[in-house]
Amino acid sequence: MRKSKKSADAAARFETEPTEGPLLQVVDLHTHFHTGRGVARAVDGVTLSLERGRTLGVVGESGSGKTVLARSIMGLLPKSNVERTGSILFEGREIIHASNDELRELWGSQMSMVFQDPMTSLNPVMKIGNQITEMILQHLDVSKAYARELALAQLKAVGIPEAERRLKEYPHQMSGGMRQRIMIAIAIACGPKLLFADEPTTALDVTVQAQILDLLEEQQRERFMAMMLVTHDLGVVAGRADEIVVMYAGRIVEKAPTGLLFSDMRHPYTEALLRSIPKLSAPSHSLLQAIGGRPPDIVNPPTGCKFSPRCPYVQEKCTQEEPPLTDAGSPDHQFRCWTPVGTPENRAALEANRAAGLESALAVVEDVLPAGVNAATETLPPLTTSHLRSGTINPKESI
Amino acid sequence: MAGSGTAHLRPSEEALLRIEGLVVEFPVGRSGLKVHAVSDISLDVLPGETLGLVGESGCGKSTTGRAVMQLVRSQAGSVAFEGHDLTKLKGEELRQVRPKLQMIFQDPISSLNPRRRVRDIVREGLDIWKIGDEDARNAKVTEVLEAVGIDPETAGPRRPHEFSGGQCQRISIARAVATEPKLIICDEPVSALDVSVQAQIINLLQEMKDRYGLTLIFIAHDLAVVKNVSDRVAVMYLGKICEVAGPDELYAAPRHPYTAALLSAIPLPDPAVRAKSTEGVGGEIPSPLAPPSGCRFRTRCPAAAEVCAQEEPQIREVGPDHFVACHFPL
Repeated sequence: MRKSKKSADAAARFETEPTEGPLLQVVDLHTHFHTGRGVARAVDGVTLSLERGRTLGVVGESGSGKTVLARSIMGLLPKSNVERTGSILFEGREIIHASNDELRELWGSQMSMVFQDPMTSLNPVMKIGNQITEMILQHLDVSKAYARELALAQLKAVGIPEAERRLKEYPHQMSGGMRQRIMIAIAIACGPKLLFADEPTTALDVTVQAQILDLLEEQQRERFMAMMLVTHDLGVVAGRADEIVVMYAGRIVEKAPTGLLFSDMRHPYTEALLRSIPKLSAPSHSLLQAIGGRPPDIVNPPTGCKFSPRCPYVQEKCTQEEPPLTDAGSPDHQFRCWTPVGTPENRAALEANRAAGLESALAVVEDVLPAGVNAATETLPPLTTSHLRSGTINPKESI
Repeated sequence: MAGSGTAHLRPSEEALLRIEGLVVEFPVGRSGLKVHAVSDISLDVLPGETLGLVGESGCGKSTTGRAVMQLVRSQAGSVAFEGHDLTKLKGEELRQVRPKLQMIFQDPISSLNPRRRVRDIVREGLDIWKIGDEDARNAKVTEVLEAVGIDPETAGPRRPHEFSGGQCQRISIARAVATEPKLIICDEPVSALDVSVQAQIINLLQEMKDRYGLTLIFIAHDLAVVKNVSDRVAVMYLGKICEVAGPDELYAAPRHPYTAALLSAIPLPDPAVRAKSTEGVGGEIPSPLAPPSGCRFRTRCPAAAEVCAQEEPQIREVGPDHFVACHFPL
């Protein structure tokens, strides 16, 4: 029982930690991969904090660094070729330099992760029951029989019918949604304080997706667990997260409480992400406003603002100088842009770019206005009614 | 839901493709059990139309697409393409029809041969069918690559692994249109892509459709995407058709409880609205080995009654060009 004694000590140590202050604090985190082509700055100076029981949504395209961010915090990256600098405080304790042994005490009982693909993250040759009890026996000082009962209770908690029978089954005998429920059962079996959910529903159908998100939320509420929900779909985080961080090229480009982000978004990338989603309210065959171009190469990123090559509002300054993360009226809302959405500078930039024939700026025009309408004085397309309210005339009024 | 019937079909002489009573079953080992993948469905597509096919995993939408292509053979029913029943064709006769039918698959990277160059991948169909001479083929490849937004000069000699998912999907589209097909079946062409790239590919498909006069069958589980691209949408559940209607009509006023549930589960990018799994359907799709009697959706349906277990609902018209297979439409 050596293992369990050790983890019991660890648990005891964490209980004595102060319970005030944010659960997780990340300060200026950089994760760089040394590749054959050069240094890939996958996470490049991220600062964020997460309170107990709250949900933080992390949104971005593939390659924006959102998954690497989650894995960096949890210490799941390989040791070779990777360089992490900055500070990661979990309950006030610095864990960026933690050894594997120390991390093992944190994993499962303090922080845990649900991965995207439930098939490949479960062991195909091990019964479901054993996969859950393995976790419990590792972290809690309990008997095998008790671990089994706990596992059964977990399965019931995540809504698996006929839980007793399922304990003896293998992953391939279950559907994708069922497997994701099992993953969640394993992840929360030891009552972590922080759960990372990395694209937990991307591989699932829309009906099952809603079920899984409901389940995560229910478990989170019951256990007062904080959650970092990583996704590329703004729709998934809209109704679920308390706060949203939008990432681009390893950096936070906008950070705001969920309501504020949607009602008063400032960064052109956030706006572009939202616009590219096909809307149910739009008539069929409406042209989607795709983001032209591709995410930047993180080995050789563009100078200045990383989004500038794809931005319809790009100005000369944008290509030379990277904008700092600035407050947008309220301290909880920050963005990184020289010509933020909804400002006169933004409108002027768009007009100038349209006049200059910039493709991305023209694309905005074509989608919105019928030919012949003078675009210059017209407002941009309403994204949602709330955006229309706050974004078109004077955003300052709504703050 | 989950009914049979042909009320929603239009006159057969108008349709480019007309599927009637299609049944596809797969035997399971020697157990005598069968997977009822597609059970007696009928659909048609007019020239120039886009038919959207939606449903959860396991509803038989991909199998339907593959059965149209004759990649899986059906146990019963007919697939009439330009008036010829493809299910009766085999060997060389079937091969002769193939260039008119093309397919775009979900995973863009694995559907391209990693060992061949982009130019050769796109050209292969032309070579096989000996369409035009050397110069004409090269010109065609250049044309379709440019049409999908891939630079033929720089990209042509490269191999698929050098491209992103979105670019590979563009190459797949170029390959599909190179032989100038009449009908393209798109099997979840954007579900493996990011939202931003997804929008690019959807716009591109629309553009290709206009440019080459294509007819599309668009298979997807994302209802918002299907609404955007389709002229007509068919909702499938467990091998049956639930509802067929124009997209605006279907989304504004779904008549089948399953369609309504699917719609309510979509996460909207608006924090004030949230997807409700509780108001939709609970549970999961039943096993296609032993589908429920009567209406196949009854086990998850909030409105299920006695009759639903005994009688299979037939597809009937409930509004102008709006058809539903349900005993108790909404």
